[in-house]
Amino acid sequence: MLEAAFLIPAFPIAGFLLVFLFGRKLGEPVAGWLATLAMAGSFVSTLVVFGGLAGLEGEERFFIQKIFTWIPSGTFNVDIGLLVDPLAVTMCLFITGVGTLIHLYSIGYMHGDPNFSKFFLYLNMFAASMLLLVLGDNLLLTFLGWEGVGACSYLLISFWFTDEANASAGKKAFVTNRVGDFGFMLATFVIFTSIGSIRYADILSGADAMTTNAATAATLLFLLAAAGKSAQLPLYVWLPDAMAGPTPVSALIHAATMVTSGVYLLTRLNPVLAEAAQGAVTAIAWLGALTALFAATIAIAQTDIKKVLAYSTVSQLGYLFLAVGTGAYVAAIFHMVTHAFFKALLFLGSGSVIHGLDGEQDMRRMGGLARIMPITAMTFVIGWLAIAGVPPFSGFWSKDEILLYAWNESKLLWLVGIITALLTAFYMTRQVILTFFGRIKFFDAHTDEIEMAFANRVTDSKAALEDAQASVGAAEEGVAKSEADLEKRTEALAKAETAVEETRMAVASSLPANDGHEKLVKAFEKAEKAIPKAGTAMEKAGAKVTDAHQALAHAQTAVAEARELALTAATAANRAPKAPEYVTAFTDGPDVSEFESQMPDSYRQRNEYHPHESPWTMTLPLIVLSFFAAVAGGLNLPFTKDLHFLGHWLEPSLFGNEAHLTDISTATKWGLAVVAIVVGIVAISTAFYVYVSEKVNPESIELDVFAEGWHLDNTYAKVAGGPGHAMFDGAAAFDAKVVDGAVIGTTTLVSRLGGVFAYLQPGFVRSAALGIMLGSAGVLIWFLARLWL
Amino acid sequence: MISSVLLGAETTSFPVLPALVAIPLLTALVIALIPGSRDDYLKITALSGSSITAAFSIWVMAAFETDDSLQFVWERVWAADLGASFSLGIDGISLFLVVLSGILFPIAIMCCDPGHDHKPYYIWLMVLMAGSMGVFMATDLLLFFLFFEVVLIPMYFLIGGWGHGDRVFAATKFFIYTMAGSALMLIGIGTVAIGTARQTGVLTFNVFELAEAQALSPDLARFAFIAFALGFAVKVPLVPVHTWLPDAHTEAPTAGSVILAGVMLKLGTYGFIRFGLFLFPQAAKDLAPLFFTLGVIGIVYGAVVATVQKDLKRLIAYSSIAHLGFIILGIFAMNTQGIEGALLQMVNHGISTGALFILVGWIYERRHTREIAALSGLQSAAPIMAAAFTLVMLSSIGLPGLNGFVGEFLILLGAYSAAKWWTVVAVTGVILAALYLLWAYQRVFHGKAEGDNATMADLSLSEGLSILPLIGLIIFMGLYPKPVLERMEPAVETLVAHLEANIDGFSEPGNDGVESPADAEDLVKAAIHGAEGEEGDH
Repeated sequence: MLEAAFLIPAFPIAGFLLVFLFGRKLGEPVAGWLATLAMAGSFVSTLVVFGGLAGLEGEERFFIQKIFTWIPSGTFNVDIGLLVDPLAVTMCLFITGVGTLIHLYSIGYMHGDPNFSKFFLYLNMFAASMLLLVLGDNLLLTFLGWEGVGACSYLLISFWFTDEANASAGKKAFVTNRVGDFGFMLATFVIFTSIGSIRYADILSGADAMTTNAATAATLLFLLAAAGKSAQLPLYVWLPDAMAGPTPVSALIHAATMVTSGVYLLTRLNPVLAEAAQGAVTAIAWLGALTALFAATIAIAQTDIKKVLAYSTVSQLGYLFLAVGTGAYVAAIFHMVTHAFFKALLFLGSGSVIHGLDGEQDMRRMGGLARIMPITAMTFVIGWLAIAGVPPFSGFWSKDEILLYAWNESKLLWLVGIITALLTAFYMTRQVILTFFGRIKFFDAHTDEIEMAFANRVTDSKAALEDAQASVGAAEEGVAKSEADLEKRTEALAKAETAVEETRMAVASSLPANDGHEKLVKAFEKAEKAIPKAGTAMEKAGAKVTDAHQALAHAQTAVAEARELALTAATAANRAPKAPEYVTAFTDGPDVSEFESQMPDSYRQRNEYHPHESPWTMTLPLIVLSFFAAVAGGLNLPFTKDLHFLGHWLEPSLFGNEAHLTDISTATKWGLAVVAIVVGIVAISTAFYVYVSEKVNPESIELDVFAEGWHLDNTYAKVAGGPGHAMFDGAAAFDAKVVDGAVIGTTTLVSRLGGVFAYLQPGFVRSAALGIMLGSAGVLIWFLARLWL
Repeated sequence: MISSVLLGAETTSFPVLPALVAIPLLTALVIALIPGSRDDYLKITALSGSSITAAFSIWVMAAFETDDSLQFVWERVWAADLGASFSLGIDGISLFLVVLSGILFPIAIMCCDPGHDHKPYYIWLMVLMAGSMGVFMATDLLLFFLFFEVVLIPMYFLIGGWGHGDRVFAATKFFIYTMAGSALMLIGIGTVAIGTARQTGVLTFNVFELAEAQALSPDLARFAFIAFALGFAVKVPLVPVHTWLPDAHTEAPTAGSVILAGVMLKLGTYGFIRFGLFLFPQAAKDLAPLFFTLGVIGIVYGAVVATVQKDLKRLIAYSSIAHLGFIILGIFAMNTQGIEGALLQMVNHGISTGALFILVGWIYERRHTREIAALSGLQSAAPIMAAAFTLVMLSSIGLPGLNGFVGEFLILLGAYSAAKWWTVVAVTGVILAALYLLWAYQRVFHGKAEGDNATMADLSLSEGLSILPLIGLIIFMGLYPKPVLERMEPAVETLVAHLEANIDGFSEPGNDGVESPADAEDLVKAAIHGAEGEEGDH
């Protein structure tokens, strides 16, 4: 069953290739389903391998699968090969498990994106790289995965590349990580020169032969690498910016998997850490503890829902470093797994909120969403309880174990850890309250827009009324005109009839023989002819009058309608200033159709003012993750040794380098747990006191210095943009003016002095070039001649 | 002994190496004879000629036997009294440079048209191809010098005739710089040949015989090495004699830039291995710290200056200086990983930088500018071009899994054991490479596209096909460099053994603590035995 190991990365690689070749044709949502299926296949393969490994005895759980030789060069030789051991399989299980759920979620989240299939292409490529990172049987293959996930992270952060901020964030992530890679490469060289191989099998067995200096150097250099990838001080700055990527990316890459690579690497190399000077290992613990505290202070003052989670991730990763530095490898992996569940859950939950609010990320414009998005809210609450360390949710158990080992190492480390726990419970409670409870504030921010929508409608209907009234006027005029016309025609007809009668009389009275008689007859005939003409004209005029009357009736109806419209609009306009009514309807109903029907279609169709729960592809992963976030503590319960499932499982990968808690009594353990619970309760209550009862001004807690991240990132930017940029420009100017200038200057000087300037004209060079060409041809011909003659 | 190893190998019945030089020359002749009325035949003729040559070079690679011998040797005495001969041969060191030149020429011809004066353009390109092939195969110093010069001339005319901007100035600068270097090299050639003849009584220009003799006094050897090194340093180029490169690269037509980066810069680094290390092991070892320093300066300085360039092509030109700095570092590490990495990096730089120049050339054809500030959001209009650019960029940055990484990593691995602190500085180049390329990419391809940028055409089918081979190589060489490394290795091992045998108290630095000095001696002995054994076979 272990032979199935290669399938674990093979599935996402196959998915990547298929989406690359056919993604555009398949389109939405098939491409997404294909990628999700590839991940699910990888997950099933991992389960199979896990089963195979679990069936073996402890020491035998170490299987190497060589695929092919990658780089052979002299005594240096590395393969593309997989190392399957409990540590690697544990990593694979949550990477593929959480990965599958996030792929599924993305089908809903990326709905309608023009680059839908490309997103899944990158997501599969990421998964393949991540799996090679943890499965690689040597440092270089891990580095391939390490850089691969970095490249995918770059591509996904800048996925919506037309926005400069996203593009910058992607670049920043890559370049900052490269600073860490500097450490990775040098550490690899140190390992190779001191052990003669960079295969894990050789490193793990040969580490005890390393000198303390070499092991210390390697440890510190790997720490630099890990600090880059896992966003620790001073290299954490890329992670908050990385939130520019689509939210599933934040959940998968920037919370659950990639950012834990550094901790994986240090855990994998535990035999090297064991050979390093104690100071170097303690440095890992302190770096982690300080980062945890530092990031937690920043998180309490963030207003962007994702930024809170980003700094929270930096802080939680700090816990993992603290664990590694105190020899608590099991606790590190334990918390890594529980964190993968609850942080992925929280990120996906925030994504669901953002999706439902049409892109809104500012928590100050949220609130009360629990009534609108019940599933998202419920699952988010579970994630909150898990991260806040409330028993029996998973985070409590794993965090407690880290704090226990911190206590064992140094009380001061424990203190930093517990303060961080306090802050964590506080800022997460704050986030939950601001987002899901209290008054719905989403519409506050949009009141203006809603009012505008109504106001526009009033304006529109008023204009329509005026138009209608104008047309009534026109119609009335038309009626008057045609009636006058009819009168005229009627008069003309009467005149014509009179004329006929008069002529008829005249004809009758005159004699036929008389000359005048003929004239009279002619006049009579003429008059008679005029009658039908006048009749037709009169009929036409009559028809016109009817038409005019009809037009008038229409116009009057229109006016009536327009009046009614204007009245409705005016009523609506009167209601518009009371936008909260809309909100109330929303919250209580939640049926806003009546209100929405009063909005112009263009506003209604955009669904802007209609927060909604997400589709099932998004809520299902939330539900599954919330289940694990709740119960994953069961992996490693502290009560008896038999319940240390994860601890026993990981034993073969740790070579006895796990620290021992011999000096700590059971009473102390219970005491520490109680303290942790009390701290959690205090933090949560404080947050309720501040954000629900609103008796304390939050600004007294959310200091600017926290909001600005202690100004560290700004300082970097200022240095890089100011003196840094100036130095680079200076180098370029030096190159153009001094280096090149010296050459040109010398040439000019020499040629002037020697009077040979003319020879250096292009014309001379041209002749020289042709000369050489002809000369060479001559030599060739001479050679050929010698050969055959 | 080396010469006997290298020259003792079998010679093939078909003179394939002379054919690699002759076919492009014949093609040039055919092109010259095409009447002016049939201009449409020019490109297809050049493409056919260069493709046939490429096919032969690939055949050579396939038929190459994985050992340290000089293969396909073709030798005719040229001037017996001078000890000069027309001798060509290929070993693991030169094999892939020949193949690279073979592949790059048809691609450079296919990708871009000269725009005017088609006939002389293709003639010069084919002459250039003949020279490029010859220069990597020549095993006689005078013949090498001849080809070295022959390569210079067509490039001068290509830049001056079909370039952009201030092309005549750029071409002249290029010519004067390289000529000055060549003159110094000629002095070096004379010194080593005559100096050796004084000791051995035999005048020869055969590089392996001269390397074998090691007859120069230390001072004379150092003088000759410096003379060679100056000539090569200009070609590489090393800082501070690099300023011809940005001008030449930027103003050259696309095909010129591709060949310049892909083939001609490698003349310097190849020269350092084939002539610098082989002929003057001790002098090279003594001066290695100087070259580590210059290499590292090139890496950091090239990258820093590249970052703030405003012209896309100039940026790539400076990135070449950084990449070539890595190669120098690897060569002077003088161990298997360093030298193999350097050889691999020469090939990979040719592929990646060639592809970058082609892509930038296409942008220029469409937009008539290479100014970074004038370009923006091209990914919206040309997603396929953007994808190709991304891949090539990541290869140039040295992303594992793509070709650029393998060479760079081996160089740094080898250099770390030979020159630890220089390597520490060199690795910062890895950070800078990401900075300048990603920043440029962001400004050119990301962001909003407006005006002409929004309507720029994506790659056409023929353009896609002409860059496809390079993209295929970028992925293949990154995932499976074994066939290449295997073929290089025996020749490199022999070179390292030669260095160990001829440098006082030197053993391959990479193997400290892994193999005892005794092992290294065994290696040398084995090499010598192998040599004698093979000699016996013939």
